[in-house]
Amino acid sequence: MAARDYYNRGQNIVYNRPVLVLFAVIGVFLVFDIFRQLETGTIAATDLMSYLWNGLVLGMSLGLAGVGLSMTYSILNFANFAHGDLITSGAFAGWATAFLIAGLGEFSVEALVLIGGPIAVGSNELGINVVNTPLALLAGLLVAAVLTAALSLLLDRIVFRPMRSADGVTLMIASVGVALFLRNLITYSFLTDSRGLTGGNVPQFTLAGVTFGGHQITLVVVAALLMLATHVLLQYTKIGTAMRAMAANKDLAKVTGIPTERVVKLTWSIGGGLTGCAGFLIALQQGTLTVTMGWDLLLLVFAAVILGGVGSIYGAMVGGVILGIVSRLALVWIPASFLLVAAFVMMIVMLLVRPSGLFSGRTTA
Amino acid sequence: MSTGSIQARAEGWLGNNDVRLLIALALAIGGLYALFSAVLGFQLNGTVNTLRRVAFLSAIYAMLALALNLQWGYAGLFNLGAAGFMAIGVYTMGILTAPVTASPPGFGLPLPVAILGALLVTGVTGGLAALPAIRLRADYLAIVTVAFSEIVRLTFRAPEFANTRIAGVAFGTGGATGLSLPSNPIRILFYTDPAATAPAPNALGTAIFSVVAPLGIEETLVIGWAYVIVLCLCLGLLYWLMIRLGKSPFGRVLKSIREDQQVTQALGKDTRRFKIKTFALGCALMGLIAILWRLSGGYASPRMFKPIQTFYIFIALFIGGTGSPTGSIVGGALFASLLFEGPSFIRRVVAEYLQLSNAPDTLVGAIAELGTLDVTPLLAYSVQDVSISALRLMLLGIVLVYLMQRHPEGLLGHRKAIASSVDLSRQEPREDDNE
Repeated sequence: MAARDYYNRGQNIVYNRPVLVLFAVIGVFLVFDIFRQLETGTIAATDLMSYLWNGLVLGMSLGLAGVGLSMTYSILNFANFAHGDLITSGAFAGWATAFLIAGLGEFSVEALVLIGGPIAVGSNELGINVVNTPLALLAGLLVAAVLTAALSLLLDRIVFRPMRSADGVTLMIASVGVALFLRNLITYSFLTDSRGLTGGNVPQFTLAGVTFGGHQITLVVVAALLMLATHVLLQYTKIGTAMRAMAANKDLAKVTGIPTERVVKLTWSIGGGLTGCAGFLIALQQGTLTVTMGWDLLLLVFAAVILGGVGSIYGAMVGGVILGIVSRLALVWIPASFLLVAAFVMMIVMLLVRPSGLFSGRTTA
Repeated sequence: MSTGSIQARAEGWLGNNDVRLLIALALAIGGLYALFSAVLGFQLNGTVNTLRRVAFLSAIYAMLALALNLQWGYAGLFNLGAAGFMAIGVYTMGILTAPVTASPPGFGLPLPVAILGALLVTGVTGGLAALPAIRLRADYLAIVTVAFSEIVRLTFRAPEFANTRIAGVAFGTGGATGLSLPSNPIRILFYTDPAATAPAPNALGTAIFSVVAPLGIEETLVIGWAYVIVLCLCLGLLYWLMIRLGKSPFGRVLKSIREDQQVTQALGKDTRRFKIKTFALGCALMGLIAILWRLSGGYASPRMFKPIQTFYIFIALFIGGTGSPTGSIVGGALFASLLFEGPSFIRRVVAEYLQLSNAPDTLVGAIAELGTLDVTPLLAYSVQDVSISALRLMLLGIVLVYLMQRHPEGLLGHRKAIASSVDLSRQEPREDDNE
């Protein structure tokens, strides 16, 4: 009887969702192909392990960056295109602080704060890394969080609060304007494009042929801790409950006496803080800082959030990790210049077969 | 006579006749630039060239806004992938026309055939992209179309396709270095052999060049203006087409989809097919306009088709107001002349008036000197290449936020083309609701 039920359900899926079945078949085939390639020696096991590790690192950065985006998406109901540039803002604020603390007394404030401008101090002279200057990095992380949170609140006050009643598309376009403004304010202030951040002997160790960078490990560990903290905040505090209530049903939350404006402010500050941390950590892991770093990541972050299901915090985390790992694993089949293409195609496929994402219907804030 | 009544009369005179409004706008913008150039004593050649640039970009952005208006203003399809479809049009044309012996090689087809091919390819890609995408909400559709345009750009940029061979046919996108396009076709009017490096002018060329040469106007400028005139004719044609389309049964269905999709479906219209057709048509138009844009430069590279290009078109559309073809042209012209070209012109004005020799290296240095109440260091810092372009984009961001907060309907959005065939609002006496 049970077998017959499964058979009927399977038959239903095949008839009603042919696209889903097609993509599932392709997915299974690709997994088998990995094993076949391992067997025949087309790819080495260590390469595969490296892909997985690098994918996890990318995935944790996308996941952490995605939490804030998912929060604002679910509570304010719009796709915030300025999120990428909040990431960049956090990175610049955090690294200016880290440089300032690491080099104060030795170099002029201007040369330190304008990280890598025409007159700036080279990163190698400072030798910033997790082992040499842990306190400077910690301070940078904190400042990145606080300043990005403050910036988010300010932007909400100036731009988004006056348009609370506007529809999602209008807010989204306004956020494109904010993105343009922020990115170019940073360009105007810092001028040059790309700069090195870390220096000295960046620690790393090798296990079974796979290199684990010290900064990569820092990113994964700190991101995991921050995600855990977000989870605790959402599940076990009053404020978290209010946020979840508002994400689930705004009107009902309002009627129940939840101070919605205060929840919105908290959403921006928590989301902004996490975004700032993500920016700082991604820059640490990459070792470089560019004005377009966040903007270049934005579509990937959107992809992660959509993959997990918009509005779901856990979806953003899981979606990020899956997207990161799959897009790196794609190196088994495609050249590196198509990595982003693979990630975007994955997002589009997800939207086609399951627009509500992996964690659909479970808006957990 | 009070200023109020002058304004009312001006509005009455201009507001009732769209062609008059557009001509007045063109004259105002052209006059503004010409006046500043004359006062500052710029060379005639330079002034005419500035005007040409402004007119060229105005026409291009007006046309792009018209094509986007067809999708967003008429049918409510939020396409944030315009840059991608523009790239597909230009690259298809480039690959089809490139000589078989060139590097990267192409198919060596004549230009008109290649343009038709490009229209077909962009239209079909647009239709295919719309097939799944139209089921999505507007914000998801926006994200998917941005992603699509990035996929297109990254594919054209990939070294793997720069110079490749698929099924025995050799062709290439040129990768990150870009692709050469055929030389400016308007040169045929002026030269006997336009392909030559130093071509001899034909009868028309000789006549015109001999008139303008004593004024100090170069041959390339004459060719550029001829190109602009052709562009303006294309713009006029597209404008006429859009107005006709808006009033046609097809256009009325589109507008009713925009207003209420379920009601339209209940009336027995296959809204999916209408949406797919509109998306395909709009994308094909974007491809064609992009070809017109790039043919004058003779060169295309992936950098020209970044998402910012799409946002430029949206800003142009929103300034004018969605849903009104006249608004699209007004928006395109105002965007190109004031927001896009304005800042670099102002920069020339500043450079002309103030001798700004040594700009400070950093913003901190520039601000530090404000303490002595001297603003020139900050000004000098601000008009450098990097900072002036950053300031320009900051301004665009502010304009976009301002428009969305205060005037989401745009300048002429109050004249949004109505969905019904007769104007239902006419029962109430109003001044300005005729489209």
